[in-house]
Amino acid sequence: MTVTASPAVGKETPPGATGPAPRRRTGRVRRIALPYLLLLPALLLELLVHLVPMVIGIVMSFKELTQFYIRDWGAAPWTAFDNYSLSVDFDAPIGKALLHSFFVTCAFTVLSVGLCWLLGTTAAVYMQENFRGRGFLRAVFLVPYALPVYAAVITWAFMFQRDNGLVNHVLHDQLGLTDSPSFWLIGDNSFVALLVVSVWKGWPFAFLIVMAGLQNIPKELYEAAAIDGAGLLQQLRRITLPSLRPVNQVLVLVLFLWTFNDFNTPYVLFGKSAPEAADLISIHIYQASFVTWNFGTGSAMSVLLLLFLLVVTGAYLALTSRGRRAADV
Amino acid sequence: MSRTLTATRRSPMAAPRSFVWSRRIFLTLLTGFVLLPVYVMLSSSLKPLEDVSGKFRWWPSGLTIRPYIDIWSTVPLAKYFLNSLIVAGAATVCSVVIAIFAAYGVSRYRFRGKRLFTVTVLSTQMFPGILFLLPLFLIYVNIGNSTGIALFGSRLGLILTYLTFSLPFSIWMLIGYFESVPRDLDEAAMVDGCGPLGALFRVVVPAAVPGIVAVAVYAFMTAWGEVLFASVMTNDTTRTLAIGLQGYATQNDVYWNQVMAASLVVSVPVVAGFLLLQRYLVAGLTAGAVK
Amino acid sequence: MRRTRAAAASAVTVSLLAAVTACGGGSSTDGGSNDSPKTLTYWASNQGASIEADKKILTPELKKFEEQTGIKVKLEVIPWSDLLNRILAAATSGQGPDVLNIGNTWSASLQATGALLPWDAKNFGKIGGKDRFVESALGSAGATGSDPAAVPLYSMAYALYYNKKMFEDAGISGPPATWDELVADGKKISKDDKWALGAEGANPSENIHHVFVLGKQHGADFFDADGKPDFTSDGAVAAVKQYVDLMGKDKVVAPGNAEYAQNQSLQDFAKDKTSMVLWQTASATLKAHGMSDDEWGVAPVPVQSGTPGAGEAVNSMVAGINMAVFKNTDNIDGALKFVKFMTSDAEQKALNKTYGSIPSVKAAQEDPAFNTPALKVIRETLAKSAAPLPQVPNESQFETAVGTAVKELFAEAAAGRPVSTAAVKEKLDEAQQQMPKK
Repeated sequence: MTVTASPAVGKETPPGATGPAPRRRTGRVRRIALPYLLLLPALLLELLVHLVPMVIGIVMSFKELTQFYIRDWGAAPWTAFDNYSLSVDFDAPIGKALLHSFFVTCAFTVLSVGLCWLLGTTAAVYMQENFRGRGFLRAVFLVPYALPVYAAVITWAFMFQRDNGLVNHVLHDQLGLTDSPSFWLIGDNSFVALLVVSVWKGWPFAFLIVMAGLQNIPKELYEAAAIDGAGLLQQLRRITLPSLRPVNQVLVLVLFLWTFNDFNTPYVLFGKSAPEAADLISIHIYQASFVTWNFGTGSAMSVLLLLFLLVVTGAYLALTSRGRRAADV
Repeated sequence: MSRTLTATRRSPMAAPRSFVWSRRIFLTLLTGFVLLPVYVMLSSSLKPLEDVSGKFRWWPSGLTIRPYIDIWSTVPLAKYFLNSLIVAGAATVCSVVIAIFAAYGVSRYRFRGKRLFTVTVLSTQMFPGILFLLPLFLIYVNIGNSTGIALFGSRLGLILTYLTFSLPFSIWMLIGYFESVPRDLDEAAMVDGCGPLGALFRVVVPAAVPGIVAVAVYAFMTAWGEVLFASVMTNDTTRTLAIGLQGYATQNDVYWNQVMAASLVVSVPVVAGFLLLQRYLVAGLTAGAVK
Repeated sequence: MRRTRAAAASAVTVSLLAAVTACGGGSSTDGGSNDSPKTLTYWASNQGASIEADKKILTPELKKFEEQTGIKVKLEVIPWSDLLNRILAAATSGQGPDVLNIGNTWSASLQATGALLPWDAKNFGKIGGKDRFVESALGSAGATGSDPAAVPLYSMAYALYYNKKMFEDAGISGPPATWDELVADGKKISKDDKWALGAEGANPSENIHHVFVLGKQHGADFFDADGKPDFTSDGAVAAVKQYVDLMGKDKVVAPGNAEYAQNQSLQDFAKDKTSMVLWQTASATLKAHGMSDDEWGVAPVPVQSGTPGAGEAVNSMVAGINMAVFKNTDNIDGALKFVKFMTSDAEQKALNKTYGSIPSVKAAQEDPAFNTPALKVIRETLAKSAAPLPQVPNESQFETAVGTAVKELFAEAAAGRPVSTAAVKEKLDEAQQQMPKK
């Protein structure tokens, strides 16, 4: 796929320049084998847990895998592309619902990733310089990350209750912003509720990664800039953000992938059937496969999702790596 | 030397007043946002059940510590906690070690299949969990049937699964961190007589501590909160917290106060661990190492 | 060069795949064996106040069984959130328990997997015969016309719980017997932040249970005789509309109930915020929320007119838990003995008393403990006016599709938008098209 063209990894490493001197001293066989040995454990695990299961999943997507056949899925009848045509028939309710869910997920992902990144980066930059209470705040900010997902999300659901929740207590009772208490867990507002919870849960990760990335920026750069008379904003624009680029490239991508595939948050917040406005694709597929026991159709939808993500990722990497590719050819 | 360094380092960021104020406002708001649910948890966990579900009040009346006693008998919380700790802990350690090796291989060596490896590893992050939950389950069961190694329903299977979940991102992040460690350093070490692994552990790893800690925290939390796979792959004896906490929601009732109390109790050690670790998140790349 | 490597990698993958599929499926020992006659694994559903409470209740009984037969039963109580997934995984892989509890509405769906032991005359003979069991309970143990896939263990039905004090305050002499009366009474009660009836509007299963009964009352089944979905008949549309109208048009259900899915309506009831709920076993929960037994009364669920009975006078689904045996158990004799033990008169009395449910065995129902006012209503409903949910393999799809449609209609009603007959029909039509074609 397009991904193969993406350098991203090798970036600042002119591959040939890898210290030839010490390597010449080790044996030739060892020299060739060593990188593979280093990679071997990771490779084996990826094969076992990710790759082989995924291939099986793709096989399943071509089968009629309903409860009649799950006992011996190998014997389930082949359906060729039936599961796929069912999923992409956008005039029929199943396809239409899938498409709707897809658009909801896209909007949700873009907003959530954007906000997570923004909050995380802003906080990390503000906390780059030491001040009193910094260590404490750093730990506080990781709290959303430390709470078990179920507990955190169920608490938000509790707060979003229409009649007894904190959110309406503040918005309606105390601030009087709404005429009547609003629903957050059903109807159109559920999208907002989901977004808030997702950002609350997701931004500490961006914070963590950016914070670690900031440590790698040599202080001398700032010193030199300060001597040149650059202000804080200019330092941010000229030094911090460009230096964070490699970190950000990966961070935004994985945030995107996780948010797009996030299952836990909507599942705990809304249960097995999410409201239409917040019907994320992961829940949608879960419902198609586990709740209605049609693993073939569920797998087909997953494969379509995977194809979409591959294309997006490929395009993303190609775009963000432009300009740095020269070093890696 | 060190004094002049700190002195010059302060000056560029010895920020104007507006910066300090904007920082105060931003961080205060953010802290409020972060801690709001925690406050709700705390106050709800101190209420009797019939009060929890009532109208929300900022200041609860009729406090009780009863939920903190009941949590241990409603579900075997201690057991779930231990399971989660073992699974997440083992998955983290293995994941970090394996990722360090792989990232070192990618960042320091040139070999055939490198691109294929990194791209494949990254692409696994796109797999929707639903797609491979059932297949993975089948594989574990079949491995168990043919070799006798119990992967399904055991902690081992869960550890393998979770460590692989966090592996791709860990490898990618560590490649980045390792590449920012100057190559001359490990070459110098090798000239001094270290083997490649010696150089890795004596030079590269110490220099990349913040990245490694960040990755470890990430790996831990991935395993700590996972719901979908745990719900199918655990049983009574190996159930983790993420699933176990749902035990407070029974057919006829949700013990809100106990859910919240239990969540707080199990989170305290984790947050304490973060407090201890957060120093290392920033202490790593010293000026000395770079120079 | 790269190509050869990729080829090698895919060769590895293919051989791994082959290894997996070669021994895929768990159908090797159909009908069960007796390879390990001394142990059994039992998956129990969560019936009591908590999982730990269930363990405490069941363990002494399992000890008794061990003393009688020498068979050790390994118990796992599984939360409802996980139970169906675990059963599916077990059916797929063949790695499961010997004996397990299932929600009785799942019977036909799980039966279709072929993973459960069919209860033919021979197997029923080993546990004391089919006619020991209550008929309506047996009716929801598998598809009509085939051997049941499970035997009923605990039975329940819906009843109308009402708050005596609130009724008195509103000047209402007794519980409503018909929906018209309920709405009329409800309008007297629903004011000043008090509401007449509670509903779990965001819980698809709960919605299905009520809509199904209302459908029966309007002469509609959601599936035709061939098991094909038929959601858009006039009766079905009228049923869904009537249920949602309780909130939208009649305004006897609080709009907030549209988001309830965690039994909040029962808590409202315990707090004197709503005066009625339609529920199965509520007494233990009500007590936990501080409402004592003499504050509430129990009556049959309303009907359209007349008194509850068969046909269009049905006023409840048959609710309950069934017990099934996994076909590939390696202790088939022990499993049957265990089912016999759990459905024996003595165990039926003891366990159902503890759980507040009704025995599925006729003889055990005679015990005076099941003659309290509340249980008497439920027992009579089960005997006379309860109907099993459609026993078709696609039952779970039906629950999801129609239950979610009702949830969305409730959301509309709660937002103050009118819900017309046409809108209901459209939603149901959409739900029907989401059902599998076969």
